[in-house]
Amino acid sequence: MVEEEGFQRYLAHAILWIGIAIVAFPVYLAIVASTQDNAVIANGQMSLLPGGHFFETYYQTLFVGTSGSTREPVLNMMLNSLVMALLIAVGKIAISIISAYAIVYFRFPFRMAIFWIIFITLMLPVEVRIYPTYKIVADLHLLDSYAGLSLPLIASATATLLFRQFFMTVPDELLEASRIDGAGPFRFFWDTLLPLSRTNMAALFVILFILGWNQYLWPLLITTRDDMQTIQVGIRKMITTTDALTEWPIVMATALLAMLPPVFVVVVMQKLFVRGLVETEK
Amino acid sequence: MQKQAIFQSKLLPYALVAPQLAIVLIFFYWPAAQAVIQSFLLQDAFGLSTSFVWFDNYLELFKDPAYFAAIIRTFAFSFAIAVSSLSFALLLAVMADKPLRGSTLYRTLLIWPYAVAPPVVGVLWVFMLHPSLGVLSRYLRAMGVDWNPLLNGDQAAALIILAAAWKQISYNFLFFLAGLQSIPKSVIEAAAIDGARPMRRFWTVIFPLLSPTIFFLLVINIVYAFFDTFGIIDTMTRGGPGKATETLVYKVYTDGLLGGNLGSSAAQSVILMVIVIVLTGIQFRFVERKVTY
Repeated sequence: MVEEEGFQRYLAHAILWIGIAIVAFPVYLAIVASTQDNAVIANGQMSLLPGGHFFETYYQTLFVGTSGSTREPVLNMMLNSLVMALLIAVGKIAISIISAYAIVYFRFPFRMAIFWIIFITLMLPVEVRIYPTYKIVADLHLLDSYAGLSLPLIASATATLLFRQFFMTVPDELLEASRIDGAGPFRFFWDTLLPLSRTNMAALFVILFILGWNQYLWPLLITTRDDMQTIQVGIRKMITTTDALTEWPIVMATALLAMLPPVFVVVVMQKLFVRGLVETEK
Repeated sequence: MQKQAIFQSKLLPYALVAPQLAIVLIFFYWPAAQAVIQSFLLQDAFGLSTSFVWFDNYLELFKDPAYFAAIIRTFAFSFAIAVSSLSFALLLAVMADKPLRGSTLYRTLLIWPYAVAPPVVGVLWVFMLHPSLGVLSRYLRAMGVDWNPLLNGDQAAALIILAAAWKQISYNFLFFLAGLQSIPKSVIEAAAIDGARPMRRFWTVIFPLLSPTIFFLLVINIVYAFFDTFGIIDTMTRGGPGKATETLVYKVYTDGLLGGNLGSSAAQSVILMVIVIVLTGIQFRFVERKVTY
């Protein structure tokens, strides 16, 4: 171990705390603003200490919504975001794990062709094919639906690659052993492979949930009805172009509510999160 | 690399890949193909007839100074976001890599912004630096800065870059920390025994060993700046003032939505696809990956 002198160590602590302060300051401001009176904020007289409007603001945000721009309760938006995020995470894991299973544990014509067809999707984010995808989803009558929100975002290869990688490391002896026990492809998948994949699935779920919850451009395009809005889209509509009408305490409360679930996941499931992040980027 | 132990079945594997294949074909290949085809077509003003125009849509784009400006702007943004976020994250990671008390706490307190969605980042920063009510704007004005990102394009660009870099600090920090922790301690000890001071140890030993991570993160950050900044831009400036913060992705969005010029929008999409493919290709070619095919 290289010895660090006292001064060096104090410096490191100081730099880290400055970094944390920079990272946390915008969120601190949001917390403070969400507890203050809108008139005071609009005057530019906002205090840097919390005010007394906490319950009022959060009650209105969650159950009523803003009085001007969108009248949609934020709780409803959060529900939409939750359904979308869960559909994306669970859907992607489900279809990916079975296709990876087929590609690793079976030999069949066009196996590699199919693998490459799926693999190439890794390269293009939904942003570059946004209008054609919109048109297809519209033609399928999936606008303003959870299926329309989630299906195009499920169409990507990250999870398939990850499971394929993992299955390759599972020793062949396991398959031979379960075959001796008389297990077919379904039994082997269910009793052996799935339990072994549990940590990978959990890590992937954490990442996909965060990515799904934070989707913005796609939901912005395909939701027209206020009651199908996700929270990320809803918050944008709360900032009106005529600044005077923006209800800042509610906007800030919504911002905090929008970051609460994914930040909670990152902090509480930190190990899985880091693992998922590193694995999906590899 | 292939498995030796496998199952024999004619139909089952197809049934297993079918759901993913269907979704990928319908929601990925079909729209991507549509974009490519559309980029060669020209639609009349009423959408009644279309004609095949070869590369006219592309030529039109490259002749358009506004598009050229958007390309330059996007690359400038990407570079500024990547460099500022990477350098700050590297500084923090080097500090957090030291054997300090509370290092797990530091890590937790630094990684959570990863989970904040781009539009929320935009909202937080617009509030903080709003010309009339922003808390930080007060101090800027007190220092004599004529701060108004709603009117001043350069200030708006700076705002976008700062907000986008802020969000990316956590991601870069995590990967730098992982990279630093994978450097064998013996190498650093050897340098220390040779009498290298901490700064020198960093530049001559740690930094070169970290270069694969830096390169990997550079590509990731550029892709991030290209695509994930959409939400930040849309909540903060909507591409304005003028076109001062309009990136390529934002231009595809507004041209398709408002302009209704499908051919041009499609051509722009295809150009973006090419850019992403090149970036991904660079990453695959030059970044050491553990994936084996």
